[in-house]
Amino acid sequence: MTVTVLVFAAYAEALGAPEVSVTVPAGSTIADVLAEVRALPGGTRIPEVPLLARNQRYAALSDPVEAADEIAVIPPVAGG
Amino acid sequence: MPRAALGLAPLDPARLLAEVTRPANGAEALFVGTVREQNTGRPVTGIDYSAYDAMALAELSRIVEAVAAEHGTPDVVCEHRVGTLAVGEASVVVAVGHPRRDGAFAACRAVIEALKARVPIFKQEHYVDGTREWVHNGQR
Repeated sequence: MTVTVLVFAAYAEALGAPEVSVTVPAGSTIADVLAEVRALPGGTRIPEVPLLARNQRYAALSDPVEAADEIAVIPPVAGG
Repeated sequence: MPRAALGLAPLDPARLLAEVTRPANGAEALFVGTVREQNTGRPVTGIDYSAYDAMALAELSRIVEAVAAEHGTPDVVCEHRVGTLAVGEASVVVAVGHPRRDGAFAACRAVIEALKARVPIFKQEHYVDGTREWVHNGQR
């Protein structure tokens, strides 16, 4: 399945785009999606365990992923 | 009712303060975060704030609702600005109305601390020497 992944700030600069699409097998987890994202050009500038979100809530590496999910890789936050 | 917002328009702290001021409240606390002229000694000319807009609004809404429930007042509002801000401009405003001052201060502080810890907002500082750098709350 193809999963759309949103990236922001320094991570978007590293990948050269605010969103990327990756292909993972059905039954994959967020960790599998992250591994594909980190394999893209510039992807190693994303840490091995960044902040992650699934459908606009923080998520864990072990959480399952479905094709329709909105996955995000989130840099360290800086609000305030 | 608890309310959160994220937007490009300049913030108006007085409007938020008025929003939480009601006869039931004996105390209103207002926090305003502004762009500082330097960070760790480097002169700053401005800051670009950006966000994962949908999640930032969702997360900030969850925060104001949770703080309102925990502290027993519906009058908890927070607005955060995005876009390019100059030194001295307000980036965030939290206003809380509460029957008692302890509750007002505690709820106001709880909102800004939770926001800084987990709302997906990002900032890039612009320095006097023309360089720019992504910075985050763990660096301070």
